[in-house]
Amino acid sequence: MEKLIEKYYRPRLPHIWCPGCGNGIVTSSIIKAIDKLGLDQDKTVIVSGIGCSSRASGYLNFDTVHSLHGRALPVATGIKLADPELNVIVITGDGDGTAIGGNHFIHTARRNINLTVILFNNNIYGMTGGQYSPLTPTDSKATTAPYGTLERAFDIAELAKAAGATYVARGTAFHANMLVDVIAKGISHDGFSLIEAVTQCPIYFGRQNKKGDASAMLKTQRDNAVTVEAAKKLSPEQLEGKFKIGVLHQSEAPEYTKQYQAIIDRAQKGAK
Amino acid sequence: MAKVLLLQGNQACAEGAIAAGVTFFAGYPITPSTEIAEIMAKRLPEVGGKFIQMEDEIAGIGAIVGASLTGKKVLTATSGPGFSLKQEFIGYATIAEVPIVIANVQRVGPSTGQPTAPAQGDMMQARWGTHGDHPVIALTPASVPECFTLTIKAYELSEKYRMPVLLMLDEIIGHMREKIEIPDYDTIEKPVRKGPRVGPSEFKAYEPDSDGVPPMADFGTGYRYHVTGLVHDETGFPNGSPAATEKLLKRLHEKVERDIDKITMYEEYKLDDAEIAIVTYGGTARSAYAAIDMAREEGIKVGMFRLISVWPFPEKEIAQLAQKVKVIVVPELNYGQMVGEVKKAVEGKVPVKPMSKYDSEPISPKELLEFVKNL
Repeated sequence: MEKLIEKYYRPRLPHIWCPGCGNGIVTSSIIKAIDKLGLDQDKTVIVSGIGCSSRASGYLNFDTVHSLHGRALPVATGIKLADPELNVIVITGDGDGTAIGGNHFIHTARRNINLTVILFNNNIYGMTGGQYSPLTPTDSKATTAPYGTLERAFDIAELAKAAGATYVARGTAFHANMLVDVIAKGISHDGFSLIEAVTQCPIYFGRQNKKGDASAMLKTQRDNAVTVEAAKKLSPEQLEGKFKIGVLHQSEAPEYTKQYQAIIDRAQKGAK
Repeated sequence: MAKVLLLQGNQACAEGAIAAGVTFFAGYPITPSTEIAEIMAKRLPEVGGKFIQMEDEIAGIGAIVGASLTGKKVLTATSGPGFSLKQEFIGYATIAEVPIVIANVQRVGPSTGQPTAPAQGDMMQARWGTHGDHPVIALTPASVPECFTLTIKAYELSEKYRMPVLLMLDEIIGHMREKIEIPDYDTIEKPVRKGPRVGPSEFKAYEPDSDGVPPMADFGTGYRYHVTGLVHDETGFPNGSPAATEKLLKRLHEKVERDIDKITMYEEYKLDDAEIAIVTYGGTARSAYAAIDMAREEGIKVGMFRLISVWPFPEKEIAQLAQKVKVIVVPELNYGQMVGEVKKAVEGKVPVKPMSKYDSEPISPKELLEFVKNL
């Protein structure tokens, strides 16, 4: 069998990510999900924005777009609507996807267009050297918050659900196999899917916030993550400081490109 | 069957897009361009195309960039404030060489300005609005029929040079109604994108032909290439070396510069014996025709050089004009924008007189006549 790395990765090593970065783990989970589903490589497009995680598109052997900061979703929407036969997967980060791209995020979810968004959440702007993002926990240190962050972080899964996403899941770099599973389910889901992938940035988030090295940060993911099933048996007190992983929300709603095709069919019949 | 219709400029622009084979529009409502979006919303599904109203101006242009990568001809339409917001993707489409067309129906600015009143105040933003060095192609229709033909032309240029083309309407042209004879769309030659001539294994996504333009593969056809706004080499992957940077920026400019004579379009009106030349464009040219006819009746030898393509600026033609006439007048609905380009090309050989109007009203033929008489 052809190795995943040979089939799905472009021979472009070394990558730009720092030692201990979780982005490689999340990227490999995406690839394993694509392979598991047997997606046609020629009919799969990966679109990213700008930032550390968004550099993943350049390493993967598909039609790929490294777009503008925050703008992966509009570009992906254009690709998907123009050619609904393509599988369109979006790679974004917490800054890219929820700050500068926040408006696109809620509206793309609302539209329920069949895109799969994997949001790499490392709680920080890594590419620019450690500034706080909308997913940086309150009272964290960042180069632009030397006295600690004042702002509350989004719960991005809740935001996506409230905005109309029909599939919302969370995984972590530590729970890499489960991440493969929730990404694969998201790709299979017919509608807007968000998978928040919690990943570690030991250099620009970990150092400033004394979170330890990469392995310590991975252990923190292990210790604080609670599966959706396990969480049902725990009290709010027991869940304090924890976060849920697994499929957080799934619902059915008409998918945008299919609805639009129905409009075309009507318009071409001359009906109004 | 050809049809004779009474249309608005905005309608003619939308129909020109359909005639050129556009099958994708994404945009955001903004006065005075909104009719273009409204018409596309109705017309595109009829021809099997797609329309989407996006959450903002940036998303509108972002979506057409995405759709263009799948091989579709695409359009977005906007006006001043939206044009400002679209600049980052205009730069992206320039460096990533994605063919797109943007119609900007100009209104009074800056900022919200006078949304329903005409202006020609975005001419420099068209040239320099996105950051960094970049080539630009911008066309300025002066009639409803020309909105139709220049929209088709915009696709020919955009596909040929793989870059954004700007259709710089103004509110006068966008909302003016005129008679237009529209040919049967089947008789209109659809601009064609140059596709790869080699298979995926030999394909280098950004390796140019001798015309400086790389063939473009549609997404989903097995070529699996990378599109980025970072400086890249012929493989399409980022390459930050000084040599790669210079090579790319030079090529982007030169693919346009080498063809400037093919791209340049203008009209000469009663210029043969003219001593006074009016250099203008868009809605303002309409008043110039009338003013010239009135002046001619009074024995004043005046003619017009009407810019149809404004960018790249026809410097050579304007320099030649300066050899023939005694004075050049540049009326425009702004504080003085294209007049600077005219001065640059004329190099002081004859006086160049701006006639700027920025009170939200068009320049009337009589005003222009008076200006010419008082030179």
